Amino acid sequence: MITYILRRLNLLLFTLLILAMASYWLVHAFPGDPIANLSGINYTTAEQKAYLDEYYQTDKSQINQFIRYLELLWHGDWGKSFVSGQPIFDELLTFMPASIELGTYALILSLMFGIPLGFWAGVKHGKATDYSILSLSLLGYSVPVFWLALLLILIFSLQFGWFPISGRISLLYDIPTKTGFIVYDILASNIPNKKEALMNAASHLLLPTVSISIVTSTIIMRTTRHAVIEVLSSDYIRAAYAKGLTNKQVLLKHGLRNALLPIIPQIAMQFTTLLTNAMIVETIFSWPGIGNWLIQAIYQEDYPAIRAGMLAVSALVVVFTVLIDMTHKVIDPKRMHYRRVKS
Amino acid sequence: MLKASLYQEEAPPSPLQQTWLEFSKSHTAFFGLFCMCFFVLLITVGPFLTPYSPLEQNTDALLVPPAWTASGGIDYMLGTDALGRDVLSRVIHGTQVTLGVSIFLVVVSMSIGIVIGAFAGMSRGVQSSILNHLLDSIMAIPTLLIAIIIVAILGPGLVNSMWAITLALIPQFIHYTRDAVRNELRKPYAVAAKLDGASKSHMFLSTIFPNIVEMLVVRGTQALSTAILDISALGFLSLGVQAPATELGAMLSEGLDIAYIAPWSIAAPGGAIFLMILSINLVGDGLRTALHNRFLH
Repeated sequence: MITYILRRLNLLLFTLLILAMASYWLVHAFPGDPIANLSGINYTTAEQKAYLDEYYQTDKSQINQFIRYLELLWHGDWGKSFVSGQPIFDELLTFMPASIELGTYALILSLMFGIPLGFWAGVKHGKATDYSILSLSLLGYSVPVFWLALLLILIFSLQFGWFPISGRISLLYDIPTKTGFIVYDILASNIPNKKEALMNAASHLLLPTVSISIVTSTIIMRTTRHAVIEVLSSDYIRAAYAKGLTNKQVLLKHGLRNALLPIIPQIAMQFTTLLTNAMIVETIFSWPGIGNWLIQAIYQEDYPAIRAGMLAVSALVVVFTVLIDMTHKVIDPKRMHYRRVKS
Repeated sequence: MLKASLYQEEAPPSPLQQTWLEFSKSHTAFFGLFCMCFFVLLITVGPFLTPYSPLEQNTDALLVPPAWTASGGIDYMLGTDALGRDVLSRVIHGTQVTLGVSIFLVVVSMSIGIVIGAFAGMSRGVQSSILNHLLDSIMAIPTLLIAIIIVAILGPGLVNSMWAITLALIPQFIHYTRDAVRNELRKPYAVAAKLDGASKSHMFLSTIFPNIVEMLVVRGTQALSTAILDISALGFLSLGVQAPATELGAMLSEGLDIAYIAPWSIAAPGGAIFLMILSINLVGDGLRTALHNRFLH
């Protein structure tokens, strides 16, 4: 077990190093001056250049430069944005939580809908319920997320006027930013009408969350259904029936727990998909998240921001995937054994 | 049909025929295949049938609603957009770009991926283990995210987004091919071929490849739906196809500004993407089930 965790951590560090290398390579690959791309400062005088050379050690060898780059990354000095002139790391810290928040709620929502529906379909395997849930899931699986978001806006915002079209919260509420997670910030703040603010934030959250969680819930549903069908046809379920347990006892005590195991790696896979979909949906709902920020940076050719955004998003994805993978191993050590036998 | 043979032989159906028999048992999969054929027909002959050029602007007919509404006309079946361009013609041309480019990308990345995956699967040792770990980490990242990052590096544009999606799709095919080759190599028939002294290239081309090609086609249909989603998403974000050119995703983002007065300008291209992906998923699902059932027998 410990060797396994060490190996995974090793792989994680290795991947992060490769990502850092790629972003360092980007500094030189982007058009323009490498020092300007690195620092985000368009220097004009020779003095400034000398200072930046000294700071980033650009006069030394490539290896020195890279080590200095890693050092600065570690200390949170990721350069400045060309457009806003703000330190990029601070910008990331304000935009990243908004996307993570959106992704997390969508994940929770899709687990809430996907698992019970998938379980139901699996139990009723081969019956009308199963087929209708399966065809619904195929519909949800095929719908492009940006089109779905537009349709939801057209119906629920423009036609009925139930939900706001854009933003995270009405400008009437002045929420002091602490973590960047809006719901937490509202709860932690001491503004007078907390309840209304919370309701307002929730109504802003609903449409984006629903539009990105539909695809994910269908995938989770299909995985659950498949797992349930597989588990129910296994020997230990037959043994449980042979012991004389009722249907309910068998399903809840033996079926559910084993069927839920394959969902855990799906959570990692789906979180990354959610994050990507969130990036698209953010531009539709003007959600101040990392996707919106990164896409604006691409339009404006803000190279330091693109480099940092790419590094931040991919590092987040990789770290999250490895963490979920390790949790899965802790919960289900059986799988490790399988893999050893197989390879 | 009269058989040439005099004897009443009953030949067992070939593997391909068996797959087809299993596939055509499912009505939904068959319907998907029908839709897919329709789309393929549309992108080959559709552009010759469109009543208007996709870029032709008619200033006398701005924002005409679809034909079935009271104020719509039969001249413009699906209405016109804010510049007086026929939505139907634009959807057909857009489908040609979106689907055509996606098919091209999938074929290219599939061939590259299969070649690399075959080499990786047939070889052993340190290189393949490093490749294994790297691929595992890349596979965890959604293709769209990789594509966005690559477009960020290369800059927006259709050709750049095509490069981005191809590069994003290749790792999947390498991974699947490699795993499939590994699995097949362990089976007795592969061992038998090896004992017969088959060379590595012969091993792959005539022994293993025929047995994994169907599985790879299933993966190909999945990659096709991913590619369509990705290329239209990039078009929608204005990172792919640029403004005057017709592409379904780009049409959606143009329609965004007038969505509240002309909902048909986003319903039509979005619906086309949806139907395309749905039919491809139906075919992919049906094919997978058919293969699964065939191997069960």
